[in-house]
Amino acid sequence: MKIKNIAIVGSLESNDVMITIEPLENKLEIIIESIVYDQFNEEIKKAVQDVCDELEVKQAKIKVNDRGALECTIKARMEAAIIRGKGEIL
Amino acid sequence: MISLKRTMLFIPGNNPSMLMNSIVFGSDCVIFDLEDAVSEKQKDAARILVRNGLKTLDFENTEVFVRINDISTKYWKNDLEEVMKGKINSILLPKTESPKSVKEAEKYIEELEKKYNIEKQITIMPLLETALGIENAFQIAKSSERIEGLFLGAEDLTADLGAKRTKEGKEILYSRSRVVTAAKAAKILAIDTPFTDVDDDEGLVKDTIFAKEIGFDGKASISPRHVDIINKIFMPSKEEIIYAHKVIDAIEKAEEEGKGVVSLEGKMIDAPIVNRARKVLLVLNKSRGVM
Repeated sequence: MKIKNIAIVGSLESNDVMITIEPLENKLEIIIESIVYDQFNEEIKKAVQDVCDELEVKQAKIKVNDRGALECTIKARMEAAIIRGKGEIL
Repeated sequence: MISLKRTMLFIPGNNPSMLMNSIVFGSDCVIFDLEDAVSEKQKDAARILVRNGLKTLDFENTEVFVRINDISTKYWKNDLEEVMKGKINSILLPKTESPKSVKEAEKYIEELEKKYNIEKQITIMPLLETALGIENAFQIAKSSERIEGLFLGAEDLTADLGAKRTKEGKEILYSRSRVVTAAKAAKILAIDTPFTDVDDDEGLVKDTIFAKEIGFDGKASISPRHVDIINKIFMPSKEEIIYAHKVIDAIEKAEEEGKGVVSLEGKMIDAPIVNRARKVLLVLNKSRGVM
């Protein structure tokens, strides 16, 4: 499925994450910034990648600005960002 | 089933920090709010966040409610569809004005229970916050077996009445009494509206004592700071606790002896008295951290 729009979901509040997704051709680029980057970079990336796989997103640029969010929060924000990026309304 | 609802704490649905910490505040119930606490543009994100929280987090003994958007909106079915994938006890149904609203929500809840193979029946708590809702309180209370209580919402109600909302609450006295009477006539719980001044502890104490005195079983809260005060006020008195123990002892003794009719201090003990005693001991155990 193709990302058609730039979409932003979440916030920079503590325990939240701000996800920005935008269209990109031919690749999936994930950029992570986090207050716990050194400890959890891989886990955050996996959570983002899992949602992309589940919703069949293979081409997009995704910026993740994490403020210590739980995995379930990262996945929720990612899912909402993809839905908005596809132009769907849930 | 006897359930404890001294405090029902609202948690904004799009706030991950509050969501993950929701049980540490000590309320008997939490209400994840997808309605007034969430702006139109964030309804989708909040719904997904709450669903993921409900699927992942452990709420231990705290009862979990979700306030969905009201059934006149385009959101309510999507709200139910998502949150019923998680662990919830009950749906808070805003702006309920008639039995028809309850039936409509119930029909869709039933469909989703079948779709997701949910064994434990999800209950409904109508939120009465319009003049019409208050006037139809008893009919609403009796409109479904799933209804476990009536919940008064005074902010929208006073706007609908054209009255000024005050801390003293004279403008909602009739509505409070009406909700309590309707709930008790239907043998369900009555939950009072939140006290909205977060910094006025004295006002909160007065308002909560009054709610308890006129028959409410619990009170909603919009601030975690209010939870301890409300819980303490809705604690049973020493006399109530002693009497509850006597009732349960008498019941157990009668069961051992195979007696059908039980009396205590010359009075017959019927089912409402036993239920009340069990509830008193439930509150006591919870406050001691036994459960």
